[in-house]
Amino acid sequence: MEDNGDVTMTAEDDGQEEEEVTAQSVLLAIEEAWLNEKFAPEILPHRSDLVDCMLQQITHMEENMKRLDKEDLRLMIHRMELDRIKYVITNYLRARLEKIEKYTIHILSQEATRSSEECYLTVAELQFAKEFLANIEMLFKTIALQHMPGNFQTFEVDTLTVKPNLQAYVFLRANDRINGIIVPGSMDEEIDLEPGSQHIIQYSAVADLVKSGAVKLI
Amino acid sequence: MYGRKGFKLVSELDVYSDILPFNEALIKEVLQEMQSLYDANVANSNAIRNDNNMALLPSVQLRHIALKRNKRCILAYIYNRMRKLKELRWELGSILPPEINTNLINAEVQWFQSYNKSLAKYMRSLGEDHGFNLTTNMVPPKTLYVEVKCVEDFGKLELDDGQVILLKKNTYHLLPRSVCEPLIRQGILEHKRISRVNINSV
Repeated sequence: MEDNGDVTMTAEDDGQEEEEVTAQSVLLAIEEAWLNEKFAPEILPHRSDLVDCMLQQITHMEENMKRLDKEDLRLMIHRMELDRIKYVITNYLRARLEKIEKYTIHILSQEATRSSEECYLTVAELQFAKEFLANIEMLFKTIALQHMPGNFQTFEVDTLTVKPNLQAYVFLRANDRINGIIVPGSMDEEIDLEPGSQHIIQYSAVADLVKSGAVKLI
Repeated sequence: MYGRKGFKLVSELDVYSDILPFNEALIKEVLQEMQSLYDANVANSNAIRNDNNMALLPSVQLRHIALKRNKRCILAYIYNRMRKLKELRWELGSILPPEINTNLINAEVQWFQSYNKSLAKYMRSLGEDHGFNLTTNMVPPKTLYVEVKCVEDFGKLELDDGQVILLKKNTYHLLPRSVCEPLIRQGILEHKRISRVNINSV
């Protein structure tokens, strides 16, 4: 099943035939994306492809369930499964929103340097972030800033920026074999990760590997 | 001492976890302190520039730091109230209870409405047609049905399958968890205990 999930993701990345895409593999992929998002200190590239696909599946499943008899035992099991999937998706999206609200200025300034293909936020998330920032600025200005003397009236973007702590430690499991990760804070000490092995390491050392899917956070 | 009022403002946030009435009087006092500090600095920097009186420089710097600190305290006060308001949006929904509303000032009510709008717009954009509500499924589902006690008269409630039940005070029900979740957060239902689902009773 794990392999299946990987194949799907690479297939999508390369934009090739998506023969391998099954509801099961998308679910596994979104579960991984959810855990990565939950444990990574910074916001990760969005996986709206998975979310959209899964939401379609949910609608589909709900329609199928309507056809089942109310006394049918399968109905209960399906409904339970559906609730679990919904929890994963809402929790995933909520975790992203929380990060957007906390690191608004930082995320927006980083996002401005990315081209539209490598954007981390979806269009709707970007819109939400911009509105959130505008609303805070409005709130600060009407209550306090406009009553302050002279140059203290400015909304100082630099001092108000909150940045995620990339030095935070994370638990991870390697998906692929990875050679030569430089351990932060050491004198050029390098480590290799075996597939399936588990480690605790500073997030900044593995940030790119999380984004590429070579490791997953647990 | 400079900055003491600003500190008082911030420490108010710590005393209660609820949203207290907006302390407009204290904010005003801090702003006044800022104004007088600023005026003194303008006068002194003119003196420095015109008479080359460098002895005044340290006091200008000290006042400048006090000004920055006051600004920071005021903004922290506003920001943290906003954060609590935001939490309430997720807990209670888009309409605030009157006891909280009375503690807010106009600008905060405005902010809350704008936040509601942005959030609603974002949730509508998810999925294909009717959007996807992120304020449900807040806790990991363990069982499909939960046993709840109704603590307030609520009236009729329609379930997903079209069945209508009457929620009266002090009655007990076995209901789908997803339906109960918002009502439990609003304090209309009380979670009894996690019940093992008895298929016959459903």
